Formats: sequence, C-alpha cells, structure tokens
Amino acid sequence: MLHDRSDVTALAQTADERLEGPVGKPLSYWQLVWWRLQRDKVTLAAAAVLLGIVLSAVLAPYLAPHAPFQGSIRKRLAQLGTPSHVLGTDEQGRDMLSRLLYGGRMSLVAGVTPVLIAFLAGSTLGIIAGFVGGPLNLLIMRVVDIFFAFPSILLAIAISGALGAGLKNTIIALSIVFIPPIARVAESVTTQVRGWEFMEAARASGAGTLAIIRHHMIANVLAPISVYASTLISVSVIIASGLSFLGLGVSPPNAEWGLMLNTLRGSIYVNPLVAALPGVMIFMTSMSFNLLSDGLRDAMDVRL
Amino acid sequence: MEHNGVILTVQDLRKYFPVRGGLLHTVQAQVKAVDGVSFEVRRGEVLGIVGESGCGKSTTARLILRLLGPDAGAVRFDGRDVLQAAPVELKAFRRQVQMVFQDPYSSLNPRMNIEDAVAFNVLVHGASRRAARARAWDVLNKVGLRAEQFGRRYPHELSGGQRQRVNIARALVLDPKVIILDEPVSSLDKSVQAQVLNLLQNLKHDLGLTYLFISHDLHVIEYLSDRVLVMYLGQIVEMGSAEAVSATPLHPYTQALFASAPSMNPDERLERPPLMGDPPNPINPPSGCRFRTRCPHAMEQCAATSPALLQVGSHERYVACYLYSDQTAPGSAMHDLQTDELI
Repeated sequence: MLHDRSDVTALAQTADERLEGPVGKPLSYWQLVWWRLQRDKVTLAAAAVLLGIVLSAVLAPYLAPHAPFQGSIRKRLAQLGTPSHVLGTDEQGRDMLSRLLYGGRMSLVAGVTPVLIAFLAGSTLGIIAGFVGGPLNLLIMRVVDIFFAFPSILLAIAISGALGAGLKNTIIALSIVFIPPIARVAESVTTQVRGWEFMEAARASGAGTLAIIRHHMIANVLAPISVYASTLISVSVIIASGLSFLGLGVSPPNAEWGLMLNTLRGSIYVNPLVAALPGVMIFMTSMSFNLLSDGLRDAMDVRL
Repeated sequence: MEHNGVILTVQDLRKYFPVRGGLLHTVQAQVKAVDGVSFEVRRGEVLGIVGESGCGKSTTARLILRLLGPDAGAVRFDGRDVLQAAPVELKAFRRQVQMVFQDPYSSLNPRMNIEDAVAFNVLVHGASRRAARARAWDVLNKVGLRAEQFGRRYPHELSGGQRQRVNIARALVLDPKVIILDEPVSSLDKSVQAQVLNLLQNLKHDLGLTYLFISHDLHVIEYLSDRVLVMYLGQIVEMGSAEAVSATPLHPYTQALFASAPSMNPDERLERPPLMGDPPNPINPPSGCRFRTRCPHAMEQCAATSPALLQVGSHERYVACYLYSDQTAPGSAMHDLQTDELI
C-alpha cells in the first residue's frame, strides 16, 4: 500500500524522542565561511583597506579639509606635505586630499554599481538559460556570444561614446559590458550543477522543483558566480577610470580618479608624486577588491 | 496487491533517446536504450541486473523511478501504476522506492553536510527540522557512521566508502520497501566493496528490504542476488535463479559473460577473451537477435526475427534464444550444447 507522509513524520518524531538531550546546533555554511575568513590575514588586510577607502569616500564632506572645486592660482602644484595641503594641490590649485576623497565616491560608484547590475541581470539570464535549456538557451547564449566579439574596453568606449559623457552613462555602458561574461559563467555553472547526481537523488526522494532549487541549486550556483563577479569589480574600477581619463565618463570640474589622472598628466615632470596619487588610489582599490574576492572564493569553497 | 508477493512489476518498458544533429537540430536517429523490458521483483528478494556498460541497466532504474519518462510500458508498485500516478501519489511512491547512486562523489551535494543531506529527504516529506535531524542521526548510526562524529562533516572530508554509506543512509531514511542499487560498489576498492556489500546484506535482513541490484560485476551479483536478469543492448536475454544462471548459463551471451569473469583458480584462466569486439551501436542494432553479430551459434533465423523471452525447463528459467525454442530447425547448433545437462 502507498503510505502517506505522516509515517515518516511519526518515524522522525520517535527518533527525536529517543535521543538524549538536544541535538547540537551544527556550524552552518556561512558560519564556516566566516570562521575561515578570520584566519586569512591577507584577505582581512584587503578588506580593511577597502573599508577605509569606502568609509573615507562616504564621509568625504566631513573629512575633506577644503572644498574640492575651490582652486587658487597662487597655490598651483604644491608639493606633498605643504602645510594645509598635506597631499599637495593640482594644476588649478585645488586641494588633492579633498579631491581624492570626493573622487573616491565617483570612482567607487562607477566601479561597483555596474557589477551589481550585471550580476543580477547576467546571473538571471545565465541560470534561466542553464536550467531551461533547449532553444531558449541557444537564443540567450548566442546573443551573449555577439558581445564577446568586442574587447570589453572597446565596447565600453563605443557604448559611452554613443550615449555621451556622464556618470549615469558610464554605469550603463559598463553594465552592458559585464552582463555577457557573468551570464556565460552562470550558464555553465548551472548546466554543470544540473547534471550532478545529487540533483537526481533529490528528485528521487520526492522533492519538488522549488525545494531542489532552494536547497541544492542556489548555494552551488551563486557562490561561483558571485566570486567571479567580485573579480570584475577591480576591472570595472579601472575601466570606469579609463573612460573618465578619455573624457567619456565623469566630466570636469567633478573629481574622479581617472579624470584627475588625466588632468594632472601635464604636471608629471613638475610634480610626479602628486600626479601619481589618483593612480595609486585606483591601484589600491582594484588590488584590494581582487585580494578580497580571492579570499572569499577560498573561504566559500568547502571542498578546499 | 498482486499475487504471490510481487512488489514491483515492469511491463514492456521502452525508452528511445533521440539523436539530434544537422543544421536544423532535427531527430536523425534513435538510441534504443531500453527496448521492451519486462520483469517482476518479489517482496524480500534481491534481483540482480547484469550487463555491459550501455546495455540499459541504469536507464531501466531511472525509468522505474520516473526520473526519466518512458516512451512505452508500465511500472506497477503494489499493483498501482506508477507512470500514470498524480504528483501526490508519485511522491508517496518515491518514498517507498529509493535509489543508491553509482558515483559517491557527484551524488552528494558538496555544500551540504551529511546530516543535512540525509535529513533533507525527511524534510521534503513534511517532518520538522529537529525530527528530521534526529531521524538522520538514527540512520547514519545504522549504516555505521557515528552521527556525533560525522554528522557535520562535508562530503569532501569522507572516503569513497563513507560517502557510499551516506548514500545508503539517504535511501534508508524514508523507510522504503524497495531500494534500487545502481552499481553501488563499482567505484570502491575491493576491501571497501566487501564492507558495503555486507552492510547492504545486514540492512536487508534487519529491515526486510527488497533490492534491485544493478552491476556489471558478476562476483558481486552472484554473492548478493537471489535471481539474476541479464541484459544486452536494451533487452533481457536471460533470467533465472542466481545459482542456476551462474552454474549453467544458457544464452550464448551469458555464457561468454561468465567465461570472461576472471576465475579464482589461476589454472582455469582463459588465454583469449570469450567475446571479441564491442557491442553493436544501439542506434542501429542488428536485425533479429541483437547478439547475433557476436554469437558463435548464430543461425539464419537469428537475422530474421528477434527471439522472444521464453521459459525453458521446469524452473523459472527464461531465455531469449532460438537454440532453446521449438522453432529451431532440426540439425542446428542445438546438439553441441547438450541442453539436458544444462537445466
């Protein structure tokens, strides 16, 4: 006779009652990840640097000693360590420290937002393509392939060139650039996970599609996608700065690291240390994102 | 309930996989993975299914559990048709017929610890989280993995044999009647194989289980099975009690299969393999009997029509071969087989 499910429930209930004391609370997946992260010094350092950069950008209005747009002809190109201008001044006599703090806001927004947008859109497309398969997969993935025909920087330049300068257009351009690679990774990961025997085993146990997706699919699919997406943040910061450097991103007099690098280009022989500062910031941000995502990948992979 | 303790009936099961290709992705051919398979599993027995890789053993298992949709045929569990079952009924059926998968690596979710992996099956059937975990601990202990010690470990921290025990625990946790074992020991070392096989035998005895045991290893099948079913290219060629089939294999394929199993006695080992070549392509199987291209006794008749699986002798012995049917023309290869000694 086909039994109803109350049998199993009853069976589990008696098993529960026979156990002495409470069943201990196991270390959950995220607790394990946190525990591993705490032991990884390089990742912690990268996270600390990144936290410093983000906080200083957010708190720029309170931290900046001068107004970022206020220049002075007399104080042009002051050296590092000048009193009241610790990090010197740029070619229009504006305080570098203040401009770097404000510039971080633009650079971080232009770097992180496109990756978030692309992560949402790209992984949705990729997971659907991978899970549904068939003609829909063919359609989505071939369209993605078209975007792969162009190098990412060239594509970003072309799109922002067509849309015009400005922060919003930079974000749109970069989102479009990053959707295809994320979609492709999401599709291949989903297809791979779908073929694993434990998915079939879950189905054989009588679990419904939603339960299988929730308990067996999501963690296995999202972890590798988010790790991949986080490596793109460093690329995104660099391309966003690159667009500003070319005059396609944030426009003057706004402060943005790539733009500052461009305007200080002419002073590189006069005041090389000050001219290099925006580049140092881009490098540190990009590097920290990279190290952090590497560390996250290691901590999230239970197989290591 | 059906007569004399039959728990699972498979009737004329067929599964053809389309082979797509070409510019328009059209169906160009069909792989007849399972082609008209019928058998019964009796309550409390171990039915072994043997055959080469690709003969349709695993596909048959997946068709029974409806993990794949068959193209034709019927599967009855306790007299109810599984293939027509509504979702609710199907869920109840899957609770009673569980499967242990072949690959101990890919059959466990790498991001789930083993206690959650086993408890998941109970949760699916509506138990509370706490009760499900307690039941999982119970079953893990039963398969020889101390739950306090192993429960929170992840699959990568376990050996192949331990993972296979987890797989068995996951199948057992729902208290099923029938367990389909799809090559459960073929990826383990010999010593671990023996441990797992003994565990399976003890569990069967303690819990009154019925096994459908799929393997390509004849020693394993002989050791565990009550009855054996031999498959070749998606069809059953021979069926009978394990002792009878291993002592006197009737079908030329079964004979070759048993002759190819390495003997424990070094003097009895063969110089040459009893069977040459690979099985024919299942996309384009030979006409008539599918074994005729490799059969030493092939006759004209074999190319014309496929022999039916017919009873031979008094015991429950079935074979699909013209050597044993009345339709055989006189003066054929019949005499060099000495049929009377065989049965």
